[in-house]
Amino acid sequence: MDDKILLGYGSGGKLTHELISNLFVKYFSNDILELQTDSAVLDIGTGKVAFTTDSFVVDPVFFPGGNIGKLAIAGTVNDLAVSGATPVYLSASFIIEEGFSLSELETIVRTMADEAGKAGVKIVTGDTKVVNKGKCDKVFINTSGIGLLPEDKVNIGSGKNIETGDKIIINGTIADHGMSIMAAREGLNFSTEIESDCACLNGMIRSALDVSENVRFMRDATRGGLATVLCELAADRDFGVEIYEDKIPVNENVRGICELLGFDPLYVANEGKVVMVVGKDDAEKVLSVLRRNEFGRNAAIIGEVTNEHKGKAWLTTGIGGRRIIDMLAGEQLPRIC
Amino acid sequence: MKYIDEYRDKKLVDELVSQIKRRSTKPVTFMEVCGGHTMSIQKFGIPYLLPDTVKLVSGPGCPVCVSSTSYIDRAIAYSRLDDVIITTYGDLIRVPGSTSSLDKEKAAGADVRIVYSILDALNIAKKNRRKKVVFLGIGFETTAPSSAAGIIKAQMAGLRNFFLYSSHKIMPPAMEALIDEGVKIDGYIAPGHVTTITGTAIYKNMPEKFGLGCVVSGFEPVDLLKAILMLVEQIENNDPKVEIAYTRVVKPEGNVKAQQILYEVFELRDDWWRGLGILSESGLKIKEEYKMHDAEVMIPVEVEPLKEWKGCICGEVLKGLKNPKQCKLFGKVCTPANPVGACMVSNEGACNAYYRYNR
Repeated sequence: MDDKILLGYGSGGKLTHELISNLFVKYFSNDILELQTDSAVLDIGTGKVAFTTDSFVVDPVFFPGGNIGKLAIAGTVNDLAVSGATPVYLSASFIIEEGFSLSELETIVRTMADEAGKAGVKIVTGDTKVVNKGKCDKVFINTSGIGLLPEDKVNIGSGKNIETGDKIIINGTIADHGMSIMAAREGLNFSTEIESDCACLNGMIRSALDVSENVRFMRDATRGGLATVLCELAADRDFGVEIYEDKIPVNENVRGICELLGFDPLYVANEGKVVMVVGKDDAEKVLSVLRRNEFGRNAAIIGEVTNEHKGKAWLTTGIGGRRIIDMLAGEQLPRIC
Repeated sequence: MKYIDEYRDKKLVDELVSQIKRRSTKPVTFMEVCGGHTMSIQKFGIPYLLPDTVKLVSGPGCPVCVSSTSYIDRAIAYSRLDDVIITTYGDLIRVPGSTSSLDKEKAAGADVRIVYSILDALNIAKKNRRKKVVFLGIGFETTAPSSAAGIIKAQMAGLRNFFLYSSHKIMPPAMEALIDEGVKIDGYIAPGHVTTITGTAIYKNMPEKFGLGCVVSGFEPVDLLKAILMLVEQIENNDPKVEIAYTRVVKPEGNVKAQQILYEVFELRDDWWRGLGILSESGLKIKEEYKMHDAEVMIPVEVEPLKEWKGCICGEVLKGLKNPKQCKLFGKVCTPANPVGACMVSNEGACNAYYRYNR
């Protein structure tokens, strides 16, 4: 095959079949996908199912610490995992720009297969479209996923069981993803060793849920960063959120670039960070389990749920001052995922 | 992080705060002139640390905020011309004009590009010789020298398609106008970056004519608290003067070379400031010798009639007469996502800072 994606690859004809067999089925290979039926038929038992979808348009497609494919798997797996579900099946749809490199597409697909393997999920259905040059930028990917949600975890997504005194935990340094994308963009000529934190967190989250029944809320802090999750957590609730800036882990390089460019790390995107609210008696236990996982080595308790300033998140700054944490208006950085 | 952590050191902060508390007996209000200071003060939660005797109000030092709606309207009119590329710092793009904004025009197909420096704009001009590239020059003495340097470069490189649309202003006339208007403050926290360029001579009227102290501050908490302490000392000793708390950057004589470049290209003109009206010799106009790069001279354009929002008190906020929370529109009609006044848009705007950190 030539190294360029042609419009014909999206025609539904011979080229499409070639692409599906030689690329997608080859790498994503599993018993359900191989049947190549119009719908994947799944046996998922009788319990509750979590279902989510996400589209990925990151620019650049390849960035330090990952690529759009890794992001597409991790994003959807994490959305399921933070709901308390065990991710099992994913779909993957591609919108590809005519002329995009086939070998780069292969790298992306291979990464997706690796990542799905590590996360223990199967990619069971998908779709490919090719659009005229200039009608999309290189490649856009949509993934949807379903996970099995045990009855006792159904309130984790909404945080219905959160209590005053609960501890707020994050599994490591914030703002790595957003700043790695920023640094990889054209026009800003500096070199750094910042890597995206992009990763599937379902294994780590599972180990936390295994040791504690008091994980009462989880959300992945993606676009909008940690600050946005904290605001969402407190909004319209009968409790407030109290955070200590000096407890929030931030990689030194990331902090440097944020200072230079005027970004507040609290608002910069992550792709491998989960905010957990855990009953205070279980917090240390959960923290030590997280820290044993490769994606949680820098996990920290960064604050707690309080009776005061209900509905709002407050920050005690590093110098001991105090201020509110609010959501960002508009995008701090477009197309980061 | 070197040069950051030292100035955010909790022990130093605690020490400065306790000195301020010890020294301050008279109730005072200091104005931080610079929008960057407003942001830092709110972001670090500094008001929470200060004693009741020390109050801070924000001033007119946010360039986006004090610029006129008609400036934005003209930039919008330029963006609607087929042969024009607008280059701008990101702050301006969401500022509402009379009926539109640059980001709305961008969405409608105008070629509006965010740049990080005027040099990026020059490169765009080099690559697009058939287009007129207009750079929106905004800011005080801090950014004006780089705009001037950009124009000199454009002239040397023969970039006849490069134009600056100047909204550049200088700080001292506004600081004096506020006092003339009867704004009640007891001292200025003077802008660190402006003074880096200008030196401290520009403030000499403050103690001499108005009896007000001026302390030049940096942007970290220790810098700001040090400046506040110095102002408190001046008040308690009844000894108003111009001092520098930001000695690691600011020299009394300023950056002489930058001053020369600035006045090589620009000359003073009367200019309009939101909240203050027209102030004599407060704006920077491109000189005759460089007019071939002056968008106002070289690109005639029809601008829509001016329409301003009723109820927006940006003007009073910029004068330190009111705080953003006293505005009826604040947080309801006017939010960062849907701004009515420029003070809500700019990263350095007082309303934006209050909305983000102090609601």
